[in-house]
Amino acid sequence: MTQAFRIPSAGRLDTGRTLDFTFDGKSFTGLEGDTLASALLANGVHLTGRSFKYHRPRGILSAGAEEPNALVGIHRDEARRTPNVRTTIQELYAGLTAVSQNRWPSLSFDVGAISNLGAPFFSAGFYYKTFMWPRAAWERLYEPVIRRTAGLGVAPDKPDPDHYSNRFAHCDVLVIGGGAAGLAAALAAAEKGASVIIADEQAALGGSLRFESGAEIDGRPGWEWAQETKTALRARDNVRVLTRTTGFGYYAHNMLGLVERLTDHLAEPSPEAPRERLWQVRAKRVVLATGAIERHMVFPDNDRPGVMLASAARTYLNHYGVAVGRKVSVYTAEDSAYAAAIDLKKSGTDVLAIVDLRTDPEGALVEQARSLGIDVFAGHAVTGTEGRLRVRRVSISPVSGGPRRELEIDTLLTSSGWTPAVHLFSQSRGKLAFDEENQRFLPGEYVQDAVSVGACNGTSDLAETVAESLRAGETAAKETGAKKRKTVKFEAQASEDWSSGMAGAAPGAKSGSKAMAFVDFQHDVTAKDIRQAVREGMRSIEHVKRFTTTGMATDQGKTSNIHGLAIASEMLGKPIPQVGLTTFRSPYTPVTFGALVGHGRGKLFEPTRRTPIHSWAEAHGAAFEPVGQWERAWYFPQNGEDMHAAVARECHTTRQAAGIFDATTLGKIEVVGPDAARFMELMYTNPWQKLAVGRCRYGVMLREDGFIYDDGVVGRLAEDRFHVTTTTGGAPRVLNHMEDYLQTEFPELKVWLTSTSEQWAVIAVQGPKSRDIIAPFVEDIDISDEAMPHMSVREGRVCGVPARLFRLSFTGERGFEINVPADYGLSVWEAVWAEGQKYGACAYGTETMHVLRAEKGLIIIGQETDGTVTPDDAGLNWAIGKKKTDFVGIRGLQRPDLVAKGRKQLVGLKTTDPKTVLEEGAQVVADPDQPVPMKMIGHVTSSYWSENCGHSIALALIEDGRERMGEKLFVPMPDGVIEVEVTSTVFFDPDGERTNG
Amino acid sequence: MLLIHCPYCEEERPEPEFRHAGEAHIARAENITELSDEEFERHFFIRSNPKGIAFERWRHMHGCARFFNAARDTLSDKFLVTYKIGTPKPDLSGEIRRK
Amino acid sequence: MRKYSVFAIAREALRGNTGWPEQWGSPEPKKSYDVIIIGGGGHGLGAAYYLAKEHGITNVAVLEKGWLGGGNTGRNTTIIRSNYLYDESAGLYNHALRLWGGLSQDLNYNVMYSARGVMMLAHNVHDVQVFKRHIHANRLNGVENEWLTPEQAKEYCPPLNISKDARYPVMGAALQRRGGTARHDAVAWGYARGASDRGVDIIQNCEVTGIRRGRDGAVTGVETTRGPINASKVGVSAAGHSSVLMQMADVQVPLESFPLQALVSEPVKPVFPCVVMSNTVHAYISQSDKGELVIGAGTDQYTSYSQTGSLAILQHTLDAICELYPMFTRMKMMRSWGGVVDVTPDRSPILAKTPVKGLYVNCGWGTGGFKATPGSAHVFAHTIARDEPHPINAPYTLERFRTGRLIDEAAAAAVAH
Repeated sequence: MTQAFRIPSAGRLDTGRTLDFTFDGKSFTGLEGDTLASALLANGVHLTGRSFKYHRPRGILSAGAEEPNALVGIHRDEARRTPNVRTTIQELYAGLTAVSQNRWPSLSFDVGAISNLGAPFFSAGFYYKTFMWPRAAWERLYEPVIRRTAGLGVAPDKPDPDHYSNRFAHCDVLVIGGGAAGLAAALAAAEKGASVIIADEQAALGGSLRFESGAEIDGRPGWEWAQETKTALRARDNVRVLTRTTGFGYYAHNMLGLVERLTDHLAEPSPEAPRERLWQVRAKRVVLATGAIERHMVFPDNDRPGVMLASAARTYLNHYGVAVGRKVSVYTAEDSAYAAAIDLKKSGTDVLAIVDLRTDPEGALVEQARSLGIDVFAGHAVTGTEGRLRVRRVSISPVSGGPRRELEIDTLLTSSGWTPAVHLFSQSRGKLAFDEENQRFLPGEYVQDAVSVGACNGTSDLAETVAESLRAGETAAKETGAKKRKTVKFEAQASEDWSSGMAGAAPGAKSGSKAMAFVDFQHDVTAKDIRQAVREGMRSIEHVKRFTTTGMATDQGKTSNIHGLAIASEMLGKPIPQVGLTTFRSPYTPVTFGALVGHGRGKLFEPTRRTPIHSWAEAHGAAFEPVGQWERAWYFPQNGEDMHAAVARECHTTRQAAGIFDATTLGKIEVVGPDAARFMELMYTNPWQKLAVGRCRYGVMLREDGFIYDDGVVGRLAEDRFHVTTTTGGAPRVLNHMEDYLQTEFPELKVWLTSTSEQWAVIAVQGPKSRDIIAPFVEDIDISDEAMPHMSVREGRVCGVPARLFRLSFTGERGFEINVPADYGLSVWEAVWAEGQKYGACAYGTETMHVLRAEKGLIIIGQETDGTVTPDDAGLNWAIGKKKTDFVGIRGLQRPDLVAKGRKQLVGLKTTDPKTVLEEGAQVVADPDQPVPMKMIGHVTSSYWSENCGHSIALALIEDGRERMGEKLFVPMPDGVIEVEVTSTVFFDPDGERTNG
Repeated sequence: MLLIHCPYCEEERPEPEFRHAGEAHIARAENITELSDEEFERHFFIRSNPKGIAFERWRHMHGCARFFNAARDTLSDKFLVTYKIGTPKPDLSGEIRRK
Repeated sequence: MRKYSVFAIAREALRGNTGWPEQWGSPEPKKSYDVIIIGGGGHGLGAAYYLAKEHGITNVAVLEKGWLGGGNTGRNTTIIRSNYLYDESAGLYNHALRLWGGLSQDLNYNVMYSARGVMMLAHNVHDVQVFKRHIHANRLNGVENEWLTPEQAKEYCPPLNISKDARYPVMGAALQRRGGTARHDAVAWGYARGASDRGVDIIQNCEVTGIRRGRDGAVTGVETTRGPINASKVGVSAAGHSSVLMQMADVQVPLESFPLQALVSEPVKPVFPCVVMSNTVHAYISQSDKGELVIGAGTDQYTSYSQTGSLAILQHTLDAICELYPMFTRMKMMRSWGGVVDVTPDRSPILAKTPVKGLYVNCGWGTGGFKATPGSAHVFAHTIARDEPHPINAPYTLERFRTGRLIDEAAAAAVAH
C-alpha cells in the first residue's frame, strides 16, 4: 500500500528508505525511523485495537509510552511472540509482523463488541453484585466466560529463545529524561566534571523538541540542538548516554532501575545480542527530567478511532512527516493544542475548527490560528461523535447553550492540559504538592537526593526550563564533589505555555449525563462509572480506582488518573488533594520479566555445588539428588538396577565388606584459640573441656529456645583446636550462629572461627574391611583399634597428602573418614576405590547412607527433627552435659511445655507385615477406627526397606513414645490401615559391637 | 537494595553484602538459667518493632564478616548511624523528636 | 440494604446506574460503642460483621486510619488454602475454607472465590517428605490434599516445566483442589456493606493514637485523630501495625514487621489455570480474572513499615517464575507493590485475649492472613463477644511463647503461607 498520508516536505525521515511490514496479515510500507504507529498512520490506519471490557474499536491516541489503546502483538517468530506492545513505542523494522488483539474474528468485526450493547448492565463494579446464583455457577460458568473475554494479548507458549543482560552502575549524576531539560542538566553536570548517566526511553534524545516546531535553543532549532548536544555528550568519557532506556523504578538510597531495549527495533538482531538490559544505577544525585503527559478531553464517545492527542498529531507531522487525517478539528481547553492545528494547517491539511472550552482564549497562538483561517469556536464543547470504525462527525454546542452544529471530520485532536510526569519522584517517596491554580500535582518535599527540572517540575517555559536545568545539573555535580570551573550558559525560547487546562469531565459528560465519556480508555472506565463509584460510597480515590479499575490498565492511568480524580472530587464536593492521589507504583512502564531475570536462568538460576569427586560419580553412573545447592550422588545403579535394588545392594555390601561414600558436603568449621573449649561448651549441649586431644564427640547444637538446630561430630585436634562438622545444609547458618554469639555475647573469648567446608574433601570408608582398604595409604598414623579407637582423630598423611583421619561411623560399622585437601579429593578417592575393589567394596550414595544410619537409629537433622524437637524428644538427653551451668538453649529447654508430658519422642516402628514399608510422613494413631478428624499421636520420620534386617524399618516421633515400647499402633493409609509395633530406634547390631570391628 | 555503611570497613556497600541480624541491644543474661519464664520470653521473643527509629544488628557477611549495630528509620529505611558492637546505644532523642 | 439481584441490576441498567445506594455509610464517630475494632481490613470488618450477625452486638465501630482494605487485604496475592500440617492450623484454616465456600451468598456480594486448585511444588527429597507428611495429616484431619506426580502436576498446570534438567526439577506436588483465590477488595467491601447494614459504624481516616485504660487496668476506649471514643472492648486487627497499637496498652507482642512485595504482569488471555506455589524457589503465581499473572515475592530481610521493598526481591522471584515457566520471560511486569507483614516467632497468628481486660488481638499472620479472613474474623468475633476464645482459636494465645507450645508450621515444613 502507498503511504498516502506521508507528507514528503514534513518530518525528519528519509522517504527513500522504505520498509515493508504487515498488520493483521495485510502488507504496508513505512520508513526507516518510523514507529509502528507512525507507519500505520502514514497508511491511514487508525483502528488498531479493541478495548478491554466493551471491545470498542480503538485507534492510536498518543505518540508515546502513555498509549492506552494501540496495543498489538509482535510476532517475530513462533517463539518470539510479544503481547501488548505499544505501537507508539515499537520501532519499525523490515518484515515486522503485528497482529491486533482482543478481537474475534477480526479487528473490524469483533463478536465481543456485543458486550457494548450490554454496557448499562456492566457498569462499574457490576461483577460484585451478580454471578452469585446458583452458587456453583461462578466457578463453572461465569468465571470461565469472564476470563476468556478479559485479558488482552496472548501469552507466548514456547520458551523464550532470547537472552537478557544485567548491569550495575554508579555515577555522580543520573539524569532521567533526555529532552531539553535533561540534556541541559546532563551537559552542565558533565562540564563540571561529574560522572553522568543520561537515559531516555526514545530512540533519539530531544523529548518534546521532537514536535515543538518553534523551539530554539542556543540559536538553533531545538531538535538540532538536541542532536548536537547528544553527540557532544557521547564524545565525553565522563558521560554515558542510554537511549531506548526507561527509568522505571526509584528504589531506596538512590538506586534506580533502568531497562534498555537493545534488539526489538532490529530486523535481524544478532543471536548473541541480549534483547534487553537491566541497569541498576546507584547515583549520588538524580535529576528527574521526565516531562509531562498530555491529557485527552472527557466528552461523550471520545474514544472513536481518529480521536487523538494534539501533541501526538504534531509529533506524527513534525517528526514522522505524517498527516493524521484529511479533515481535522481540535478540541481543547488550553493553548498548546493550537500549535498542532497551526502546524497541520501549514502542512496543507484541512483544519476545520478549533473548539475551545474557554470563553475567551487569547494570545499569539490563538491569533495565529485565526489568521490562518481556522475557525475558533470559543466557549464551545464537543457533545458527541459518530463513526463506527473511525470518527466521521462531531457535534459541537456552545457551553452556555445555543444551537448545535455538526462538523464532518476524520480526525479530532484533543487536549485538556498536561500532567507533569511525577511518577519517579513519587516512587522515591517524595511528597507531592497540589498546584491549585493549574490543577496539577508537582514535586513537593524530597526524601531522596533528587531534583526535578522542566515540565515534570511544572516549569513550562522553555527558556526557564533550560535555565533551571543548567542550574540543577551544575548544583548536582558540585554536591557530588565535581570541581571543574566550567559553567555552561545558553538560552532558549519557545512560544508555548503548557500550564493551563482543565481536569475532569467536559460539558456533555457532566453529572446526569448517560453518555459514554471515557476517562480510562483501555479499561473502558467512563465519567459515569466514577460517579457511580462515589455514589456507592467509594470516597477514597483508592476505592474509586479499585472499584472502577480506572488507572489499572497497562498504561497505569498516565492520561486518565487526573481526570478520574477531578470527577471524584467534584462529585464528593471536596478539593482534589483531600480526595487523594493514588500511589505511583513501579514500574513506570511495563518491564519485561526477562530483563529483570537477566542471566538468572537455567543452570545460572542458582549456583550448583559439586564435590571434587562429582565427576567420578558421574562416570560411574550415579543418580544425583539436589540437597540445598549441592548435587549429591544418590545411589549408583549397576546393570540396569532400579533405585531399590541398587540401595539394597549398597547397604548389604557395606555391611559385608565395605562401602565408600563421598561425605565432602558436610559443613566444617575450625574452632581455634585458647578459649576454644569454653566456646564449644557454650555452643553445644555436650561437655568439651575434658575431651582428650585426638578424640571425637557427637555434638548437639540448640537454638536459645531449646530446639535442636544442628549436630555433627567434633574432633579435638589440640587443646586449642576443634574440627567441627555440621550438616550439609547447615554449614552457613551454624557458622553465622557461632559468629553471632562469639562477636556479640562472648566477645571476651579468644576464639577464631574459620569455615573449612570447601578446604577438605571427605571420603568415608565404612564396613568391616574399611581399615584394610585405607591401610596402604595411611602414613604416620597407627590405625590399629588400640591406637585409634572408635571416635578418634589423627593428623598425618594419606596418599602422601596432608590429611585428617577420623575413626567414626554413621553406619554402625567400623569406619573412617579421610579428610584431604579438596584438590586431592579425586585422586585419593580413586586410590581408595581401586584398593576397595580388592575387597569387594562398593560406592554408595546418600540413600544408602540414610538407610544404614536408620538401621542404627541415628537421626538426620531436618528429617527426624523439624525445629520443634528437643534433645530429649530425639532421645539425645545423654548428649547434654549434666554438670554444665550454661549453653545456648539451656534456659529454653526448661520452659513448661518443653518438659511437659505428652511430647513426641523418637522411637522405632516395625510393621507387623515385615514387607510393608511405611511412607515417610505417614501419621500414626492409637485407634484406627475413630472417625475423621482423627487424633494423631505422631508421624513417621524415616522409613526404608532394610536388606540387612530383612524387614522394613521406620523411625517415628510418637507422643510419649518411649513409654509405648511393644505397643501396637496404626498407620491409616488411603488403601487400608497398617499395623505397627513400637520398638527401639536401633534395628541392627543393638549392642554396637560392629563399630569396633 | 539498601546502601549500608560498615563501621569496620568504613565504607558504604550494597545490601547483598550484609545480613540483617535482628534487634540490637538485647543482651543475653549472664544468669540465663535463673530467668523466669516471663523474663526469658521477653529476652528471646519480644521485640520492640518500632515504627520510626529501630536499633538493629547487621552482619557484613560478604565483607569483614563483623556484626555491627545501626539505627534506621523503619518508615523511610534511611540509616541514621551505624556503629561498632560494644559501643553504647547512641542518643538519637533529638532525631526522634524532630520526626 | 438493597439486595443485589438480577432484577436490581436490570432496574439500575435502565436508570443509568444512578440508584445504587451507598455500600457502607460514613458516619461521624459516636462518643461510645460496645466494641471498637481497630483496623478496617478484611479481618477487622469481618469481625464486626460476625459480631453483629452472630452475637447480636451491633453497637460497634471499625476504625481505619486510611481507607478500607488498604493494608494487606488489598495488597496480597489472594491465595486460599487450608492444607496446613498441625491440627491447630488445619482447624483454623479449614474453618475459613468452609466459610469461603458460601461467603458470596452470605454477604450477597460476589467475592469471586474461585476454587481453581492450589498446587505446591516439591523440588527435592526433603520437600517430598514434608508434603507427604502434610497430605497424610490432612487426610486424617478431613482436609483435602493430594499428591501428584510431576506428570500429573503438568497436566493440572500445562505451563509448568517438569524437565528433569531444571536446576530444581519438579519431583511432585501437593494439590488442594478446593484451594484457590478470591477478589481481595470484594472481601473488605462485602464485609463492610454487611456490617454497615447491621448497624456497625465504619469510620475511615481515623487513626488510633492511644488506648485508654481505667484504674483497674481494663480498657475504657481509644484516643483517635477524630477525638476520644469510649468502649469497654477493643479488638486490635491491624496487621503490620499491631506492635505499635499494642504498645499503647503496654502489651508487648512478639512481632516483627517486614516488607512483602507482589507484582502483576500485563493482562493476557487465560494461560494459567490454577495457583502454584513453590517454597523452595520462592515463586507464587496465579492468573487473575482480568488476565494478569499475579506473582507473590518474598520478604526483605529487614524490618520496615515503608511499604516498599527492593528490586532484588522481585528479581529473585521472577528468576524462579521464568525457571518454572520458561515461556513467561517475554511477559511484562505491569505493577509492583509492597505491604507490611507482621511475623511471629512461630509464623502462626495470635488470635486471643490479652493480659489487659477488654483488649483482644488478632495479628501475626505473616504472609498468610488473607486465606484465613472469614475464619479468623468469625472466631475473633466470638472471642470478643464471649470474652473467651472459640475452641478453634484457643491455641493461638500470646502465652504460648512463654510456655513453649508453639504452632510452628514454618519450622515443620519450611513452608511459606
